[in-house]
Amino acid sequence: MASINYSAREITCKLVYYGPGLCGKTTNLKYIYEKTAENAKGKMISLATETERTLFFDFLPLALGEIRGFKTRFHLYTVPGQVFYDASRKLILKGVDGVVFVADSQEERFEANLESLDNLKENLREQGYDLDKIPWVLQYNKRDLPNAVALDELQQELNPDGKVQEFEASAATGKGVFETLKSLAKLVLADLKKGAK
Amino acid sequence: MSLMPQLVLLEDDHRLIVEVAKKLVNDANAKAVFLVDKNGQLVGEAGELEGIDTTSLASLVAGNIAASGGLAKLIGEDEFPVHFHQGERDNVHITLVAQRIILVVIFDDRSSLGLVRLRVKKAGQSLSEIFDRVFKRSEAELAGEGESSPFAEISDEDIDNLFAD
Repeated sequence: MASINYSAREITCKLVYYGPGLCGKTTNLKYIYEKTAENAKGKMISLATETERTLFFDFLPLALGEIRGFKTRFHLYTVPGQVFYDASRKLILKGVDGVVFVADSQEERFEANLESLDNLKENLREQGYDLDKIPWVLQYNKRDLPNAVALDELQQELNPDGKVQEFEASAATGKGVFETLKSLAKLVLADLKKGAK
Repeated sequence: MSLMPQLVLLEDDHRLIVEVAKKLVNDANAKAVFLVDKNGQLVGEAGELEGIDTTSLASLVAGNIAASGGLAKLIGEDEFPVHFHQGERDNVHITLVAQRIILVVIFDDRSSLGLVRLRVKKAGQSLSEIFDRVFKRSEAELAGEGESSPFAEISDEDIDNLFAD
């Protein structure tokens, strides 16, 4: 649910990175933070445990530029991926405008991806959203690892009818990170336009 | 889709909100006052803002409220509408207004918790009235009864231009 401030002439959208534990959500945000010009980003906040596992969320505010005189801001959040932090994940989904689902390509995380996607659908439903009706994109992360599952196997389970835009990525090196973000941001703005008749 | 309507603040709304915030800073002898949407977006501010990263503040305050709201539901409460964080120098008083807006007051020993509480109550009433109106209008717009949003005019080209490297 984007907010529009006519006084400051700005619009703010909330994007959430979702996915199983250790799939690379925080790594996506860190890479975006590192590669974004100073004047286009705010401080990145990570509420993490001592072992750098996300405890509540990571937060990164970005300013993309202007559309028709309105500054366009995106607030990027990650959820904690570990299964037992479900209550926190629900909270972070509140008011979401778009979702990046980060899948872990490694063979041993195949099931975890499916569980997490189901969990996303369920948690959205609880908030009154339907994943089929909100903007979202898929990122197949860790494509560079030797134990990565073949792409079509992942697609078959996570994006069976190919309706969702998808990206191969290696967030640690940055491959695919901005492509993912840009495509979601575009979908969110297009959705906003559609809703603003 | 969303359970809550989109928050659309017109210039007049914003001006009124900031007026109430400024008055609260004065009346409560506070350092600063912030208004934050439950989703973590800053909607108004007043007072000594230097050195405060307001975007981060808004996101953390919303996270805090979300977490304690979840905790409240666990023990059968609807919400904890008042929060107080005591620091060595500065303190933070947080309340919910109009169910969706978080009113944050930062104050030091020039003020007191009692005074802040008292003034927040009054300001909260004024803010509730403003936000109730804002949300009602947003709902009407959602139902297609209001004025058209400028975003209806955004072209695909505008969106593409935003991402031109």
